Amino acid sequence: MAAVRSANERRLRRNAILYKTIGQCIIWAVLIVMYIPIMVLIAYSFTTATNIGTWTGFSFDLYKNLFQSEEIMVALGNTLLIAVISSVLSTILGTCGAIGAYYSKKRSRELLESVNQIPVVNAEIVIALSLTVMFVFFQTYILGGANVFSFWTLLVGHMILQVPFVYLSVKPKLQQMDPALYEAALDLGCTQSQALWKATIPEITPGIASGFLLSITLSLDDFIVTAFTRGAGLLSGDKSIETLSTLVQAKIKKGPIPPEMRALTTLIFIVVLIAAVLVTIYRNRTVKKVRKGRSA
Amino acid sequence: MSSNNAMHRSHNGWKTFKRIVAFKRKYLSIPYFVFLILFVIIPILIILVYAFTKTTDAGNLVFSFDSLVEFFSSTTKLNVLVVSLFIGIINTILCLLIGYPIAYLLADKKVNKNYVMVMLFVMPMWINFVLRTGATRDVLYMMGIKGGEHPYAATLIGLVYNYLPFTILPLYTTMIKLDKSQIEAAKDLGCNPAQTFAHSILPQSVPGIVSAAEMVFMPTMSSYVISDTLSEGKLTLFGNSIANSFNNSLWNDGSFMAFVMLALIFLTMFITNRFHKDETIEKGRLW
Repeated sequence: MAAVRSANERRLRRNAILYKTIGQCIIWAVLIVMYIPIMVLIAYSFTTATNIGTWTGFSFDLYKNLFQSEEIMVALGNTLLIAVISSVLSTILGTCGAIGAYYSKKRSRELLESVNQIPVVNAEIVIALSLTVMFVFFQTYILGGANVFSFWTLLVGHMILQVPFVYLSVKPKLQQMDPALYEAALDLGCTQSQALWKATIPEITPGIASGFLLSITLSLDDFIVTAFTRGAGLLSGDKSIETLSTLVQAKIKKGPIPPEMRALTTLIFIVVLIAAVLVTIYRNRTVKKVRKGRSA
Repeated sequence: MSSNNAMHRSHNGWKTFKRIVAFKRKYLSIPYFVFLILFVIIPILIILVYAFTKTTDAGNLVFSFDSLVEFFSSTTKLNVLVVSLFIGIINTILCLLIGYPIAYLLADKKVNKNYVMVMLFVMPMWINFVLRTGATRDVLYMMGIKGGEHPYAATLIGLVYNYLPFTILPLYTTMIKLDKSQIEAAKDLGCNPAQTFAHSILPQSVPGIVSAAEMVFMPTMSSYVISDTLSEGKLTLFGNSIANSFNNSLWNDGSFMAFVMLALIFLTMFITNRFHKDETIEKGRLW
């Protein structure tokens, strides 16, 4: 009997190990395939060949060229400026919107939420074109032909993409919040706005932070809305604002990715890697906190 | 309202004014309301106006169904719509076929205990998407899959590559919550792995599949950069088609196509919403 059981156990254990190995192999295989394009670009950022696939010896020249390329540096600067400005404004607007809606009547809250949902589900191309058409409409019928496309139209375009997501990340934090805190602040002599600052805002900060980070990534990644709503301004001066997305798109329409941009990809990858590590550390810490809280 | 009236009657105008203007938390949503009306509602209304009008020689807009007739009688445009639907469906299926087992394995404690692996799948999403698309095209070109010669294959590879993380994430969040005891029970009651999957795992993961499909299908149809770059302009999807109309100043036709796109989006939203409702009803029944 004992021998049979131990044989059975051994078989089960062997199956479990086999399952684990095969599972991990599948995960790694897909991961490796997913990273091939980026890894190839990174590898070829250390050689000066115009096309990937030919190796002309190891060098750091592309990194030097990258920082000397005014075009790329201007685009990079524009991209970061727009991301920060639009994200700050979107976070303020969306957070205020969420707080206001939370304390409004059910009907007006539901109305706001269904309109909020439109940009979330809408195709980016439709968002971009409907905005552009409205700006042109405004330009021809109200301004009498004066050019309206500028940094401001681009800012509105990015904010439309971001604010709904800020709203959606702040809303659950408001729902989880203890409503007694605000009342307590009022009882302790705070005015309404003081109570809001000292009791409500600290409670919903994690939601505001994740809304802000999401806004940053949405803005950094955007191409379509930028391409349609941009005008002259920022670091591009009198010329149409060029962001990383629009610059890369213009380049790859004509030919392969320019060599200096391979170096840029490496740098972006390093930044993303650091961000991922920070997110994982933060997540592990909060998970631990939650576990501790539960056991206590 | 009645209290306001009462105060008006008391002739204490300044106090009334202060009472009305005084800070209330609900006023905080007014700027956002105005923003949404100005930049979401009005642009869509303008698109609708352009979709059902035509521009006269004098530059005025008059009501007409010309764009509708033009759209449904143009074989090229209908062709683009059919091809886009087809590509959208194929891409959704491919992403689900690859993403589903990956998400299952990532969520299975017996295979993977580390959240870092999930991060590794999400990370490519944070690298500029135009740059990623260009990289995919260049690498495919190097491997001999040239967009000009194999537009469908190249575009599909690019689409799967781009949308896979968006499929894995919602599937993973559903898989993490799978009821392990139900799966064990199915096994104990004599189900083989295929039966366990069909009767326990698959039904439980339907919400994840629906939201993953939502994340992929419509964005694929309206994608612009991926199809344009990877097929080297050989494959036109609905998104490219809308943009081209506007670039050629065919505002009425372009607006009508944008309207078709909007209609499709709301149709799928309606269908998936019904799905989500069924789910809550079922949960209600269960408890």
